[in-house]
Amino acid sequence: MDGMVTGDPALLEVRDLRKWFAGPRPGPFRPRAKVHAVDGVSFDIRRGEVLSLVGESGSGKSTVGRTVLRLARPDGGSIRFGGTDITGLSRDALRPFRRRMQLVFQDPYASLNPKMTVEEIVGAPLAIHEPSTSAAERRRRVEEALSLVGLLPSHITRYPHEFSGGQRQRLGIARALILRPELLIADEPVSALDVSVQAQVVNLMLDLKERLGLTILFISHDLAVVGHISDRIAVMYLGRLVEVAPTQALFATPRHPYTEALLSAVPIPDPTVRRERIVLVGDVPSPLNPPSGCRFRTRCRYALPACAEAPPALREVAPGHFKACIRDDIALASPTSVAA
Amino acid sequence: MPDLPMPLDTRPALLAEDEVLSVRDLSIAFHTPAGALPAVRDVSFTLRRGETLALVGESGSGKSVTSLGILRLTPRAPFCRITGQVLLRGHDGRVRDLVSLPEDEMRDVRGRDAAMVFQEPMTSLNPVHRVGDQVAEAIRFHEGLGRRAALTKAAELLELVGIPDPRRRLSSYPHEMSGGMRQRVMIAMALSCEPQLLIADEPTTALDVTIQAQILDLLRRLQERTRMAVIFITHNLGVVAEIADRVMVMYSGRVVEQAPVRPLFGAPLMPYTRGLLRSVPRLDMAGRERERLQAIPGAVPDPLAPPPGCSFAPRCGHFEPGLCDAAVPGLDLARPEHLVRCVRWPELARNAA
Repeated sequence: MDGMVTGDPALLEVRDLRKWFAGPRPGPFRPRAKVHAVDGVSFDIRRGEVLSLVGESGSGKSTVGRTVLRLARPDGGSIRFGGTDITGLSRDALRPFRRRMQLVFQDPYASLNPKMTVEEIVGAPLAIHEPSTSAAERRRRVEEALSLVGLLPSHITRYPHEFSGGQRQRLGIARALILRPELLIADEPVSALDVSVQAQVVNLMLDLKERLGLTILFISHDLAVVGHISDRIAVMYLGRLVEVAPTQALFATPRHPYTEALLSAVPIPDPTVRRERIVLVGDVPSPLNPPSGCRFRTRCRYALPACAEAPPALREVAPGHFKACIRDDIALASPTSVAA
Repeated sequence: MPDLPMPLDTRPALLAEDEVLSVRDLSIAFHTPAGALPAVRDVSFTLRRGETLALVGESGSGKSVTSLGILRLTPRAPFCRITGQVLLRGHDGRVRDLVSLPEDEMRDVRGRDAAMVFQEPMTSLNPVHRVGDQVAEAIRFHEGLGRRAALTKAAELLELVGIPDPRRRLSSYPHEMSGGMRQRVMIAMALSCEPQLLIADEPTTALDVTIQAQILDLLRRLQERTRMAVIFITHNLGVVAEIADRVMVMYSGRVVEQAPVRPLFGAPLMPYTRGLLRSVPRLDMAGRERERLQAIPGAVPDPLAPPPGCSFAPRCGHFEPGLCDAAVPGLDLARPEHLVRCVRWPELARNAA
C-alpha cells in the first residue's frame, strides 16, 4: 500500500502484517487449524501523530500492538521503525529499538508488581537498558518521570497499593516514559478507569504528546475516547483494517458499513438526541473460519453476492481516507450529522 | 438491630397503586477489621410499574451494594448490617418488607418477584451445567413444573431473548456461547418467572458496543411487553441517557442527585453530576474541536475516613470552607421530582442560569 504517507517520513511503517495462532485440531492426527488474528494489516504513523486502532474484542487490535513491539513474532509482512526493518531482528539486535518504543498496559492493578516500590517499578526500564546508571541518577530520573505524569517526587518510596486506579495508570505511563521513547503504544490505557479519572489520564496523554512530541499508537474499543484523542483512526474487524481516516472525516463521513454500525451503536450521553440505530445481527464470526471475501459481509446490511468473492482492498476514496468495501454507491449515516 | 418479627399483613398497604418498590432510608454497613464500613447511607426511592431507574456512580459509590442489599444478597449479619425498609409488591399483590423478611420467604421472592442480571455473564453462569437446566431451575423451583415442561418453557424464553435455534441451545454449556449470548441467557433466567422488578447490574459493561446495542434493545422490548420495573446500574452515562426514565446519582454511599432523565442531563444541580457529564468524551463532538476534557480532580474518598461534611467537597470547584465541611447536606427537593444534596445548589443554579 504505497502512498499512505504524504510529506513527513513515517516513524512506523507496517506493511501486510500477519499473525497466526495455533487453533484446535480439527480431528485426531490432523494439523492444527490456524487462527488468523491479524491478516494483512498495513498502516503508517507519522512522527508526533496519535493513531488509534479501534475494534471489538477479537478484532486483532491488541495483537497488532504486540506484534509491532515484537512481543509476538509476525508470521508475514514487515515492520519498519524509524526507517529500519525490524521484522526479523534478533533479540539482541532489537534491544536498541525496544527502548525507543514503550508500552502502557490496560490494567493498572495487574501491571505493577505489588512488592516493588515506585522507584523500582518506574526505574525498571533503566535497569535493563542503562544498567550503568548510578543510584542517584536513577532516583533523579524517576522523580523527573513522576513529575511529568503529575505525581510527586515524594511518592518514590511508596508501593502500588497506596495509589488509586488513576494514579497507578500514571505510574504505568511514567515507567513507559523514563527512557524517553519516541513511540508509545497504549493498549486500552483508560478502559479500567472511572469516567472522571479516565478524563484525567486522557488529558495527561494529550499533554505529554504536546510537550514531548510523542508518537502514540492508541488501542481502544471506546470510540468516544478515541474520537477525542486521535489524529487518525484505523478501524479493525476480524483481523483486517476496514477503514482508515482522519478523525473528523471518520466521524463526519464514515465510508465503511462496519464503521457506520459501530458509530451508531455508541450511546450518546444526551437524552434529547434520538438516533436511528443500526443493530447488527448476530456475533462476530469465528476467526478460525472467517467468511470468504469481505469478512463483515455476514452482518452487513449492504452486502451483495460479489462481496463473497474476494477480500476488498483498502483503497483511498478521499484524501487520506481509505476503505475496504466494494460498494461506493451507498450513503452512510454519521453520528455528528444527526446530532448537529 | 433487634430483629422484631412483625405481622406484615396488618400494616396498611404502603405502596401506591402503580408502585412496585419503595426503598426507605436503606443503609448497609460492612464489618471490617478496621471498623464498620458504611457502604450505603440513607438511600430512598420508589419505582413505578414499567419504569426504569438508572443508578449511576463510580466504583465505590455504593450502587452495586444498594442493589445487592435490596435482594439481601449481601453477607449475613453480623458481617453486614442492613437497616431501613425495602417494600416490594409481590406477584400476589402483597407488599413485603424485604429487610425483615425471614430467609425462607426471601428465597420465594428472589427470582420470582425480583430478579437480577449481573455484569459478568461468564462467572454468573455455572460452567458445569447445561444452559437449559440453568434456565429451567428457577421455573421448576418457583412454579413447580416438571423437568420436561420446564425445559419447554426454557426454550420459549431463549427464543424470546433472541437466541437462534433455542431447542438445540438448551444442551449447550456456557463456554460454547459468546459473551452476548451468555448475557441473553442470564436475561432469560431473570425473566423466567415474570418478575415485577428486574435489577440489572452493569449488564452491558463487559460487552462490545454492537452487542451492547442488541442487549439494550432486547431489554427495552421485554420491558414494554411485561411492564416490569427496572433498576439499571451503570457507570456509562450514554447508556443512562438512552434507557432511563429517572436517574439516581450516587457518590460515596449517598444519593447526591435524583431526577427524571431530561432535567438531570439538561440542568444538573449537583456539582458532581455536572463534573461527570463534562468529563465524558462525546461521540457526537468527536474530532470537532480538540478541547480538553474537564476532568474532576482527585479521587473518591476512603470510605473508612470520609471527609467532614459533604463527601464531594475535597474535589468540588465550589467548595466553601465552613459551609460545605460543616455537616452532611440534606437531600433537598429543588424542583418537582428533582432532589439534590448540596448546600450551595440555589446559588449555583442562579449563577448557571
